[in-house]
Amino acid sequence: MAIDIGQFVQTFFEESLEGLDIMEAGLLALPPGAAADLDQVNTIFRAVHSIKGGSGTFGFKEVTGFTHVMETLLDKMREGQMAVTSEAINTLLQSVDCLREMLMAVRNNTDFDAPRVEELRERLVQLLDQKKSVTGAGNRCTTAIQLPPVLADGWRISFRPHLDLMRSGNDPVRIFRELAALGDLTVRPDFSRLPRLAEMQPEDCYLTWELELRGSATCEAVAEVFAWVEDDSDLTIEPLEELTVPDPAEQEVVAENAQQGELLLDRRGNDRRRTDRRSAGAAADSGSIRVGIDKVDAVINLVGELVTTQSMLSALGVDFDMNRMDKLHEALDQLERNTRDLQEHVMRIRMLPISSVFSRFPRMVHDISEKLGKQVELRLSGEQTEIDKTVIEKIGDPLVHLVRNSLDHGIEPPAERGAKPAMGTITLNAYHKSGSIFIEVGDDGRGLDREALRRKGLDAGLLRPGEDYSDDQIYELIFHPGLSTAKEISDVSGRGVGMDVVRRNIQDVGGSIQIASQPGRGSKITICLPLTLAILDGQLVSVGHDCYIIPLLSIVESVQIRAETVNRVAGKGEVLRFRGQHLPVLRLYEQFGAEGAVTNLEKGLLVVVEADGRQVGLFVDDLQGQQQISIKSLEKNFRRVAGVAGATILGDGRVGLILDISGLIRVNNAVT
Amino acid sequence: MATKGTDLATLNTHLRREAAASATAEGLQYLTFILAGESYGIDILKVQEIRGWVPVTKVPNAPFFVRGVMNLRGAIVPVIDLRLRFGLESVEYTKTTVVIVVTVRSEHGDRIIGMVVDGVSDVLNINNPADIKDPPDFGTAVHTEFISGLVTIEDGMVMLLNVDRLLSIEEMFAMESVRPAEAMHT
Repeated sequence: MAIDIGQFVQTFFEESLEGLDIMEAGLLALPPGAAADLDQVNTIFRAVHSIKGGSGTFGFKEVTGFTHVMETLLDKMREGQMAVTSEAINTLLQSVDCLREMLMAVRNNTDFDAPRVEELRERLVQLLDQKKSVTGAGNRCTTAIQLPPVLADGWRISFRPHLDLMRSGNDPVRIFRELAALGDLTVRPDFSRLPRLAEMQPEDCYLTWELELRGSATCEAVAEVFAWVEDDSDLTIEPLEELTVPDPAEQEVVAENAQQGELLLDRRGNDRRRTDRRSAGAAADSGSIRVGIDKVDAVINLVGELVTTQSMLSALGVDFDMNRMDKLHEALDQLERNTRDLQEHVMRIRMLPISSVFSRFPRMVHDISEKLGKQVELRLSGEQTEIDKTVIEKIGDPLVHLVRNSLDHGIEPPAERGAKPAMGTITLNAYHKSGSIFIEVGDDGRGLDREALRRKGLDAGLLRPGEDYSDDQIYELIFHPGLSTAKEISDVSGRGVGMDVVRRNIQDVGGSIQIASQPGRGSKITICLPLTLAILDGQLVSVGHDCYIIPLLSIVESVQIRAETVNRVAGKGEVLRFRGQHLPVLRLYEQFGAEGAVTNLEKGLLVVVEADGRQVGLFVDDLQGQQQISIKSLEKNFRRVAGVAGATILGDGRVGLILDISGLIRVNNAVT
Repeated sequence: MATKGTDLATLNTHLRREAAASATAEGLQYLTFILAGESYGIDILKVQEIRGWVPVTKVPNAPFFVRGVMNLRGAIVPVIDLRLRFGLESVEYTKTTVVIVVTVRSEHGDRIIGMVVDGVSDVLNINNPADIKDPPDFGTAVHTEFISGLVTIEDGMVMLLNVDRLLSIEEMFAMESVRPAEAMHT
């Protein structure tokens, strides 16, 4: 069974990192002091166990050793031999961090902080030792910590696999071969469990073995060989001299790891570790996605339909005459529908639930609120909202920043919260609305300090004294680099770098950000993101000789206007009285210096667009067709152009420029 | 040597062959082209292909010598009019007007840029690098920073261009000092 396990290393890292997230979430949900919630502990245990097994397979010894101690501790917890103390939880949480660093280090082939690992390991062992005197860990040798590596003449190993051992892909012969590499091995099979031939299930493992390994191998080394199967078998390892028969009751181990079947592979000689590490390093940068099988099936179904349509069309093409024009149109319609469906579903493959971003926050809020001496509860909702993978990668840091801000500036210390409950609340909410994703970060803290912001704005010369500014205009200032209203700079936030970066990151993925705040009641920041980055519906508009594309989603409506409804506001640009509000008019041809454009407002069209919660009327010559457009980068070979979000190839092969609505509105606001 | 009117497919095939040969051969090879009656040369390894002029899409608030962007098999490629870049008088584009697509090295990675010239002429072999002379110093009257050297041939002189400098988008915008953000405020 020669399988190149290198190809699975990447999967191992992905699964392990997922496992760490599960552990973290589980640990945070564990109520300290209370009797352990068995389900929770089991979940955490399983995650640790998978990582341990995987790291053993790939030969990451340090990881295996470390997880083993964690696992032992958790095992004690779920068996009720150890109380779930907050000390234990905190130590385990730190171990999760440490483990994450170790995995990253192994993946990138760098060194990790060995003293820290050792220190945490010591602390875990201490926690274990506290209980050891009470429960007595027995003389089962499975851990290097409980029994330091003992040198003996050899080991007597009793290996009694459960019947279903082989179904999880384990092969005893492989284990023995590996043991044989450690020393002089004698294997004695025990046939007593063997049923009559007629009753025998070919996939079951009926044999048990007594093994003697002579040589200088440590107990740890021997145990490692069995790392994958220890939950699927009864295993005892004891020094050769003592010939006591172990109490079978003590060896009862619950077999639980359902995932083991996924990745059980050939364990090779000593050189495997070097090669694995190298391939892991090379593969580290290639992103991959785990996709639900239902999504893939949906795509396959659609491809099936597409093939049907294609054969329909080619049948039509064989002997076509004008009488069958209707049929042709029908088939073409169907083709269009198929293509669109297929595109939607392929895009959906790139979509991941936002929970992968949200999941880091419980831990962060827990840690920071403790550090700041605040009581904060985090409420998550809409974690299952799906969002494009690229957006997910870009949105993480901005969200961290926003939540930190809420924790640091928003939520007051308990003493200052007055009538509000002492426990502050931060909410993270995600939802779909009209083709966009909305993410809200809210808190019930003190809200933005309008007056302080205004003063800062005046000091920095961003506002003119004596003028009235709307709340929006004032709040907008927090996105300005260098402005912070924090009274003192902490290591959490307050340096005034950040919100501008947050906004830029969000704009980079075509999103926008909005603030709402009420003094004393809290603030809410809403991020609006496009569902997907790659393809959008566009409305083509003509301006003079040029043609631009407006994303369909940002269009509110298109209207013809009468000249008398437009006022010029004291040299500050034109404003249209429109449905009871005043709408700034932006003449695109002026903005872009287009030639030959319609300049008479009554002759052209006003396309009302919306972004960042603000509307503006774009004055264009006329509307052209609508088209699905795939966004191409203008920056790659050229540079960023203000007011242009990107480019695309139009139906006739020419390049069309996509308007950056939120950029245009911003520029317009800065002018007026 | 003049290949005006030669069909572009033949030209491109020829170009690829020359470029392949150039990669292995001793000496240097330059693609020469005509601009306002003068001959210029660029390193053949920089040249991707030669295309006929097709109308491009105008980019707002770009320097005047950036004609726009074109679609090069799905990539968005800016097209620069070399006459305007050199401050020469612009002319109507004709059938011989071609776009030389070149790879330009920049701080932001390699860029693909098209440059409009009056017509391509030939491939120039320089076996002895000593044949390339430094450009003379014209003082401030003539910008020579894009010219990497001069070569004398039978019927005249070829100016060898440094396209990385010449077609640096950053320098174009700095020179123009038309920054889009400012332009939009006016």
